[in-house]
Amino acid sequence: MAAPEGTAKPGLWGWINKRLPAEDFVRSQLLEYYAPKNFNVWYFFGSLALLVLVIQLLSGIFLTMFYKVGEATAFDSVEYIMREVNYGWLIRYLHSTGASAFFVVVYLHMFRALLYGSYKAPRELLWLFGMLVYLALMAEAFMGYVLPWGNMSYWGAQVIVNLFSTIPVVGPGLVEWIRGDYGIADATLNRFFALHVVAVPLGLLLLVALHLVALRQVGSNNPDGIEIKEHKGPDGKPLDGIPFHPYYTVKDVVGVGVFLIAFAVVVFFVPTFNDIFLEKPNFEPANPLSTPEHIAPVWYFTPFYAMLRAVPDQRLGALLMLLAILAFFFLPWLDRSPVKSVRYRGWIYRAFLTVFTVSFLVLMYLGLKPASVAYVYAARVFTAGYFAFFVLMPFYTRWDRTRPVPTRVTFHA
Amino acid sequence: MMSAAGSGPDDQGVDQSRRKFLTVATSATAAVGAVFAATPFVSSWKPSERARAAGAPVELDVSQLEPGQMVTLIWRKQPIYVVRRSAEEVKALPANDSRLKDPTSAESDQPPYAKNEMRSRRADVLVLIGTCTHLGCLPKPHFQPADVEIGPDWPGGFFCPCHGSKFDLAGRVLDGSPASVNLRIPPYSFKNDSTLVIGTDESTQGVA
Repeated sequence: MAAPEGTAKPGLWGWINKRLPAEDFVRSQLLEYYAPKNFNVWYFFGSLALLVLVIQLLSGIFLTMFYKVGEATAFDSVEYIMREVNYGWLIRYLHSTGASAFFVVVYLHMFRALLYGSYKAPRELLWLFGMLVYLALMAEAFMGYVLPWGNMSYWGAQVIVNLFSTIPVVGPGLVEWIRGDYGIADATLNRFFALHVVAVPLGLLLLVALHLVALRQVGSNNPDGIEIKEHKGPDGKPLDGIPFHPYYTVKDVVGVGVFLIAFAVVVFFVPTFNDIFLEKPNFEPANPLSTPEHIAPVWYFTPFYAMLRAVPDQRLGALLMLLAILAFFFLPWLDRSPVKSVRYRGWIYRAFLTVFTVSFLVLMYLGLKPASVAYVYAARVFTAGYFAFFVLMPFYTRWDRTRPVPTRVTFHA
Repeated sequence: MMSAAGSGPDDQGVDQSRRKFLTVATSATAAVGAVFAATPFVSSWKPSERARAAGAPVELDVSQLEPGQMVTLIWRKQPIYVVRRSAEEVKALPANDSRLKDPTSAESDQPPYAKNEMRSRRADVLVLIGTCTHLGCLPKPHFQPADVEIGPDWPGGFFCPCHGSKFDLAGRVLDGSPASVNLRIPPYSFKNDSTLVIGTDESTQGVA
């Protein structure tokens, strides 16, 4: 394979490698990085998340070239992008569809971890970095939605920022500090722009890098939840592993192709996704004196929004919403099961995972709808289902009858 | 150079305890410096001089309002509802007491002169901050009792379309609302019988 250490390679490539470990990096991270050979379709979403990140960075950089931040100019500049900038509509729809696509692939990526126990030891830190990426993504998406300064931007910001006023003692002062004015105003829009375009993306890139470094340290989990490093051949390479490049790079390219077809269909034919990716009230300018008939955040926040509305006390509602997100951070320590993958877990875990998944999806739907009495009661039931998965986990994962895990990976399709 | 570790220099001529003390002291000084350096950046997020100047008091001639009429003003980026309540509306208020979360406004946010059953200085003039105490939407005026959109037991007041919070004609929150406290009341005063000033009262006199 590669030349042994110390042998000088000729030419420009040799010159570079004497000064920069380029070849070492490619070898250790791609050619000799062994990933389990039994990956299935769930393992596409990590690389797709990276692809969407690149789409967002590129389209975002171009949007900032035409967008004009400010109470008086923001909405008009978005209309200008849509109508007068060459392909401005395409760049904006790539960015707005990319935001939703990000959450689609990240939620599927997270669900994969629940299926195969990818958060369990030794991957706790990998999971925590992933959760921090998810938090940064939520902050990024929320502030990005404020920038067009439509009426839903304004009122969404009003509702979300006011959540901080429920914090005892410091709440009201904190809200004024976040807004920089006595209401959501020019000052708020300006700082959200700075955070959305510079601060949060920098943090996001750092967290993604840490997520990948932690992945390289512990290695990928797989649908069987087997540590492939425990079964090495005489050459010291995992028997159930294959080099990431070319095997998985090529596989991921196929995933990228399928994803881009779906992505393009949305961008070109249904960019608002029937009022779900871009909501109707956001096509009229921000108006502090007119609330949209029904304020709903974008779909990826609605499970938590439904929980907020399900609680008759605002402080408890905000707290519950926070707990719903923080609960994920504790998964590695709540799960006491001796096995990782759902394939070898018993019916109890499968039942709870099903209840959780259904609850999450139903809450997502309820959060999009107006808060009628029946929907609020339904939201309470499914909020209980959501939390049961986490709160009861230390018990049911211990009682669950698991099946013996094979020593080598298996193939199911 | 024979002394034990922790007191005086070791055989390499290094005084470990002195080195440790200097390391801790330098780090602590740097941390204090970092806090001082962060202060202007944190402070820059507070409302600017311009934002504060734009928050000056606003006036309204309430004699122009018909009984049962409401106008909305803007003060400090917040919608201020001014309602001229009719005599019948005022008379109907005490009947709501049993359905309220906070009938005496004990948990709610208002100046002392509005902490009464009418929640106002004058029974006929109600002044409210028109943002829901739940999550800041604008409750809409539905002054007619038993409004068909809301329900037969509706006493007349403000209904928030976002999350369904209900308030009576004194801005007091009804049972079953997601909001837990009454609508807030801004500082206000009357310059004379007809001129309402929002943003000034006894507590701000001589300050503004």
